[in-house]
Amino acid sequence: MTRIGLVVNPVAGLGGRVGLGGTDGPDRPRVALSLGARPLAGARAAAALGELAARSVQLAVAGRPAWDGRERTPAPVPGRRADATGGPAPDELSDTHAGTAAIAPVGHPQGSGLLVVTAAGPLGADSVAAAGLAGRVVYAAGTGRDTSAADTAAAVRAVVAEGVDLLLFAGGDGTARDVLGALRDVPCPVLGVPTGVKMHSAVFAISPRAAGEVAAAWLARRSTVRLRDAEVMDRDEDALSKGRVASQLFGWLRVPDVPARVQQRKTGSTATTPEAVDGIATDVAERVGDGLLVLGPGSTTRAVAAMLGADVSLTGVDVLRLRPGHRPRIVARDAGEDTLLSVGPAWIALSPIGGQGFLLGRGNQQISPRVLRAAGGRERLLVLCTEQKLAALGSRPLLLDTGDDALNAELSGHLPVITGRRRTSLYRLVG
Amino acid sequence: MTAPHTPVSVSPEDARIADKPRLRRFQQASWDEELIFELGSPGERGVLVPAPDPSIGKAEIPPALRRAEPPALPEMSQQQVLRHYLRLSQENLGADLNIDVGQGTCTMKYSPKVNDQFVRDPRIAALHPLQDEDTVQGVLGIIHSLEQLLKEISGMDRVSLQPGAGSAAIYTNVAMIRAYFAARGELEQRDEVITTIFSHPSNAACAKTAGFKVITLHPDADGYPDIEALKAAVGPRTAALLVTNPEDTGIYNPRIEEFVRIVHEAGGLCSYDQANANGILGITRARDAGFDLCHFNLHKTFSTPHACGGPAAGACAVSEDLAPYLPRPTVEFDGSAYRLDDDRPESVGKMRPFYGVVPNLVRAYAWIMSLGAQGLRAAAETAVLNNNYLLHKVRQIPGVSIPYAAGRPRVEQVRYSWEKLHEDTGLHSEDIGLRAADFGTHYWTSHHPYVVPEPMTLEPTESYTRADLDEYAAILAEIAREAYEDPETVRTAPHRSTIHRVRPEALDSPATWAVSWRAYRRKVLGEAGR
Repeated sequence: MTRIGLVVNPVAGLGGRVGLGGTDGPDRPRVALSLGARPLAGARAAAALGELAARSVQLAVAGRPAWDGRERTPAPVPGRRADATGGPAPDELSDTHAGTAAIAPVGHPQGSGLLVVTAAGPLGADSVAAAGLAGRVVYAAGTGRDTSAADTAAAVRAVVAEGVDLLLFAGGDGTARDVLGALRDVPCPVLGVPTGVKMHSAVFAISPRAAGEVAAAWLARRSTVRLRDAEVMDRDEDALSKGRVASQLFGWLRVPDVPARVQQRKTGSTATTPEAVDGIATDVAERVGDGLLVLGPGSTTRAVAAMLGADVSLTGVDVLRLRPGHRPRIVARDAGEDTLLSVGPAWIALSPIGGQGFLLGRGNQQISPRVLRAAGGRERLLVLCTEQKLAALGSRPLLLDTGDDALNAELSGHLPVITGRRRTSLYRLVG
Repeated sequence: MTAPHTPVSVSPEDARIADKPRLRRFQQASWDEELIFELGSPGERGVLVPAPDPSIGKAEIPPALRRAEPPALPEMSQQQVLRHYLRLSQENLGADLNIDVGQGTCTMKYSPKVNDQFVRDPRIAALHPLQDEDTVQGVLGIIHSLEQLLKEISGMDRVSLQPGAGSAAIYTNVAMIRAYFAARGELEQRDEVITTIFSHPSNAACAKTAGFKVITLHPDADGYPDIEALKAAVGPRTAALLVTNPEDTGIYNPRIEEFVRIVHEAGGLCSYDQANANGILGITRARDAGFDLCHFNLHKTFSTPHACGGPAAGACAVSEDLAPYLPRPTVEFDGSAYRLDDDRPESVGKMRPFYGVVPNLVRAYAWIMSLGAQGLRAAAETAVLNNNYLLHKVRQIPGVSIPYAAGRPRVEQVRYSWEKLHEDTGLHSEDIGLRAADFGTHYWTSHHPYVVPEPMTLEPTESYTRADLDEYAAILAEIAREAYEDPETVRTAPHRSTIHRVRPEALDSPATWAVSWRAYRRKVLGEAGR
C-alpha cells in the first residue's frame, strides 16, 4: 500500500479573484469571503488526487520498463476502475489514533493501492472523498473556529509522523513556508499543488493535474526520479513597503524532479545533474588549488561540495580547505560574518537562486560587504550555475543587493559564470 | 475535363471536419512493430552467400581481430526485412511527406529528385574511392568546381569539402585555428574561444573537444549578441570567436563587423558558422564581414539530404593565411588535369576517409548550377519572405510571443515563445509539438538549455508555398485554440500519430540511457556480460 500525505490550506487563493492578494494573516480569508470569493483549494487538491489515482492504475497495469514509451498494453480508461482492484484493508479504515478528535475513515474503498493520510474536513479529507480515494484522518482542527497556519503545521506534523512516501500540500507561498517550518529537518519528499495567489516558490507543480502526474511518476519510479532541493520563496514585505517587489528565500524542500512538470523548471533536464555539477566542481577545484573556499547556500553549491567529497549544509555558509589530491576539510560550518572575516583569504563560491537570479543579499547575508571586500571583490568570486539554470533566467540579469551601493556598483557588469569545466558564460550582474 | 459531381452522404464527424478545410484528417499507420532484434529465428537467411571457390583461399584476419563468438545479428528473410522497414517508414514523417517548416535551424528545403538521378548514375555510384586519380577526373572536376563556387559565395580563398557534417566542419575549423596558433607559438597563451548562446551548440562543443576553454556570451537587453560582454571577454588569451549569424533566433547581428574587429584587435581569429546561411546567400559574404574562416552545411543551405544524422556534408572556407592547415588531400587543378595533393605538412590531417561525402557534393553542385547566382539570391529572398509571412500569421495566434529585438523582421527563421500560453494553460511547447504530430507535421522547440521559455523554432525555407505556410499556421492556431478550450486533448497528445511521449529522465544520464540493443539488454533488461 502506497501512502500519500495530503494537507490542504482551505483558504489559499481566496484573495486572488477578489483582488486581495494573498490570504496570509488572520482576517484576510473572512474579508475575501465577504467579497464573494469561492474556496478553490479543496477542488484543486481533489483534481491532483484524481490524476494521481488514474495514473497509478495505468502504471500498475502496464508493467513495462519505466522509460519505455511504447504502448503495448492498452491503458485502462481513467475513472472506470473496478471496485475489486484492491480497496484498503479494514485496518486502514479504522480509528487507530485515540486522543485526536474526529478521526475517521473517509472516501470509498475503490482506490488503486493508495492510502491518503490527511486531516479532517477541508484540511484534506473532503478532497480525498471527492477524488473517491481511501483516506485516513490523523488530525482535526478544533470545531467552531477558522483554520489557521497553525493547523497547516500541526496537520503536516501529524501526517508525516505516520510515514508517507510523499506529502502533497495545496496552497501558495505562505502555505509552503508553513510546511517548511513544520517539517524542519524531516527529509520527507514534498510537492505543492498550486492553489495560492502568487507562487514564487519552486516547490509547486505547474497545475493540480501536473501535481498528480509528478506524484504518480515519483511513486512508480523512485529509482530513476531524483529529488531536488527547491526554493521556498515569499514576497519580501519589507521591500514591498519600500516600493520594490522582491522575493525572500526561506529555505528548501525536497521535491520530485520530473522534467517540465514542476514550476520554474523550464528545461528538459535537471538543474543539478551529476554530469553538469561534476564539471563545475572540477573547475572550482582547479581554480582554488590549495586554498580556502567559502560556499554559499543552495543546491548547486551543495552538489559541488558533495562532488568534491564534502557534505555541507544546504542553507548555511560553510568554509572548506581544498588541497589537490586530498578530500576537502570543513574549516567552519554555518559560518557567520565574524567567522568568515577571521578565516583568512578565501575564494567565495555562490550560486544564483533558480528562476529568480539573486546572487547576493537573499539567504546569504553572512557574505557581507566586509567579507566580500576582504576576500578581494569580484576577482575572488566564483559564480556557479548549470547552463540549464542560467538559461531558465530567460536572459534576465543576475541580481545583487549587498546593501552597499559602492560594492553593488563594483560587482556589477559582466561576470564569468562557471557552467562546467573550462566553460564560462559571461553574464550581466546588476546591483 | 472534370469528373461528374456525385453527392455523397456525409457523417456528422466528416461534417465537423469539413468546417475546417485547411486541417487534414491525418491518421498515421501504427504497426506496433517489434525491434528487428526481436524478429526472425536462428538460421533464417535473406541471402544465401555461395561458398568461396577453394582456389580463392581464406582471408587472413589477424587473430586479435577475430571474434570469439559470432556477432548477435538478426536472422531473417528478405521479405521480413522489407516488411519491417516499410512499416517503420509508415510510422515516420519523411521530409518529402510533410510541410517540414517546423524544424527550425534544420533548413528542411526540398531536395530536387533530378539530383538523385545524377548520384545514382553509375558514373558516380560505381566509383571506388581507391581508383587511380587518372580514372576519376570527372568527379574530381565536380569537387574542384564546387569549391570554386563556394569560394565565390563566401568570398574566401580556399575550400575543403572533406567534412561529413556541419559539426565536423566546425571541428575542422577549430582544428585549423589550433594549428594556426601552434605554428605561431601562441597556442599556450591563446586558450579561450568565445561563442554566443544562440550560436549552434556545436561551436562550444567543438572548441571544448579541441582543448579550448569556452566563454559563452548571452544576449544584451535588446536581444542582440552583447558587444559589451564581448569586450569583457576578449584579451590576450582569445584564440577565436565562433558565431552563427543570423543566430538561431533569426536575428541578424547588425554589429557583426565590429565583433570581428574587436576580436582581430585582440589577436584572435573569427570563424563564421553559416548553418543559417539560407537567408543571406548572394546578399552578404563571410569575407566581407572580415571573417577568417567559415563553413556551410551543404545538407541545409544547398539542398542535399540530411540523411537522418547519417552522412551529410560540410564545407570549410578559409582565407589564404589558414589555407596551409586545410584537411588533406586537397584537390588541385593544373589547367589540364586534377590531382589529389596529400603532401601538405601543415595540414590538420584527414577529417574523414577519402575526399568527403561525394553523393552530397554532386547534389549540391547540381543545385547551385541549376540556379545560378541570381537563383541563389532569389532562393534566399524567397526564404526570408516566407519566414516573415509565416511570422505575420503566427504572431496573431493567442499565446505566442516573439522574444528579443522587438518589432524587427527576422531573416530565415524565428524562435517563438509559448510562455503566455503556458502561463494560461499549463501546457508546454513539447505538448504542442506532440499535438502537431496529430496533423502530420514536425515541430521543434530549440536546443537545450532553453533560453527562450517554451520555445518553438520555425524555418520555412524557399521550398514551401503560401498554401503550405497557411496550413502550418492553421495547425498551430488550431492547437492553440484547443489549448485554451480543451487542454486535455493537447496534454495527452498524440492521438493519431505513432510517436509517443518519452519519459526523459532515463535519457539524462549515461548510466541509464540505452541507445543500442546491446545497451538495452544490459541496462534495461539487466542481462550481464553485454
